[in-house]
Amino acid sequence: MTDHEVAVLGVGMHPWGKWGRNFVEYGVAAARDALRDAGIAWSDVQFVSGADTMRNGYPGYVSGATFAQAMGWNGARVASSYAACASGVTAIEAARTRILAGLCDVALVVGADTTPKGFLAPNAGDRPTDPDWLRFRLVGATNPTYFALAARRRMDLYGATSEDFAKVKVKNAGNGVNNPNARYRKAVTVDDVLNSPVVADPLHLLEICATSDGGAALVLCSMEFASRHAGSAGSPVRVAGVSTVTPTYPNTIIDLPDMSTDSTAVVAAPGNTFKESIAASVYEEAGIGPEDLSLAEVYDLSTALELDWCEDMGLCKRGEAERLLNDGDLDLGGRIPVNPSGGLASFGEAVPAQAIAQVCEVTWQLRGQAAGRQVEGATVGVTANQGLFGHGSSVLLRR
Amino acid sequence: MTTRNRVPALGAEGWFTPDADSPALIGQRCTTCGTYAFPRADLGCPSPTCAGTEMVETELSRRGKVWSYTDARYQPPPPYVVPGDEHVPFAIAAVHLAEEGLVVMGQVVAGVGVGELTVGTEMAVVVDVLFSDDETDHLVWKWKPVTETSATVATQGATR
Repeated sequence: MTDHEVAVLGVGMHPWGKWGRNFVEYGVAAARDALRDAGIAWSDVQFVSGADTMRNGYPGYVSGATFAQAMGWNGARVASSYAACASGVTAIEAARTRILAGLCDVALVVGADTTPKGFLAPNAGDRPTDPDWLRFRLVGATNPTYFALAARRRMDLYGATSEDFAKVKVKNAGNGVNNPNARYRKAVTVDDVLNSPVVADPLHLLEICATSDGGAALVLCSMEFASRHAGSAGSPVRVAGVSTVTPTYPNTIIDLPDMSTDSTAVVAAPGNTFKESIAASVYEEAGIGPEDLSLAEVYDLSTALELDWCEDMGLCKRGEAERLLNDGDLDLGGRIPVNPSGGLASFGEAVPAQAIAQVCEVTWQLRGQAAGRQVEGATVGVTANQGLFGHGSSVLLRR
Repeated sequence: MTTRNRVPALGAEGWFTPDADSPALIGQRCTTCGTYAFPRADLGCPSPTCAGTEMVETELSRRGKVWSYTDARYQPPPPYVVPGDEHVPFAIAAVHLAEEGLVVMGQVVAGVGVGELTVGTEMAVVVDVLFSDDETDHLVWKWKPVTETSATVATQGATR
């Protein structure tokens, strides 16, 4: 499907942390980084695609224009996307489709966030028709509640143990030590994880991703522009597939922010769960399967969710992810390294920037520029994530 | 002694029967295809292949089996309201109702911890106090493990 590919001309990030500054600053820093990496000027950008943040007032709701104004109005077309954790990929998809439609050659995708401390909670005010308000009020269900429901099912169905889950954190923290953009750059042990307080049984504090400040940006362009621009620099990393699918009725896995599933009384559950369908659609679009992957960056909101994603993405059969983990297959140097960046375990989540950051990491890996955490000879990588209320988010990249 | 008001918590009005002696969740059923919805699907049948727009109220099964479970060790942020002076950890269960093919999440009654639950544990729905203020008890549905002694009551309650 090479006629559906766009090139990743440049990538950039502002380091993750708890900096407490204006999110616009992180976005602009990441954007300038990506433009520098691409070797193009801001005035050459024809389309700005922002990934929105809900926690930074009006500028966050119109992030594309916010970033464009901060860099100096250049007359580019603009879009601002919100899809919770999937906002970044929704913004990527807006840019990709505009390029593939022939409506522009060069697009800039930017996401950045400044986050409060503690549990992510709904905005203030009573909203009794909003599922995200209701789950907090009626059940006290925080985000870790849902992560823990998934973790407990792995234990009761597949015999996963707390030690297995802790090893995911140990692996990702080890990878993150060598990533200059990561917020946490300290190795941890299984004991460190298991000795941290339980937040939502069976998950400990060190198994649940924090919320962070950060920014990430991409310069995407048409393949034709890339070959003209790059000259003899070699073939660029290409976006071969993007998935922004919604669930298929009946959605039978309880997930944020719902308090119930759809009913299977009349219509049987589909062959693929929602997360499996995210993977299936990105592989189908790219014409590339899980057996072709060199690495995967998946959304480890919790340790156990990384193991779920390994299965959802087809890296192994259902219930076999703990074996992959314990055999070292997911390690750097293993059969299919997962989260070589250090993942959310090392970054914490900067919601609108995170899915873009996943693409930055895969791009560096495919270029051989991931110093200290490089997957040797990487040629194909995939990202996976899911946004609240049913936003699929996956990007397949290849060299 | 004054009588306290007992009302469904804000947002849960009409989600369960007001009669606490024979509690049941109230869902909806499509009059065209027969599929269920909980909470209410007032905009029409949730099935994409059904054009039905009429949903009728129906009491859901009073019993189900644990799909998964956890607890809230840390105090959830607002709009959660802490009942009492300080946060007491509570369990949360997602329970599968076989007839309706639905999984419904809820708090587990006070005093039951995760150590008493497993995937497959039989649970019954109860109506319990979510939190109280000066004059009013704000009610919500909760899940309670079915034990030998509670089984008789729950079976009687399940008569539909």
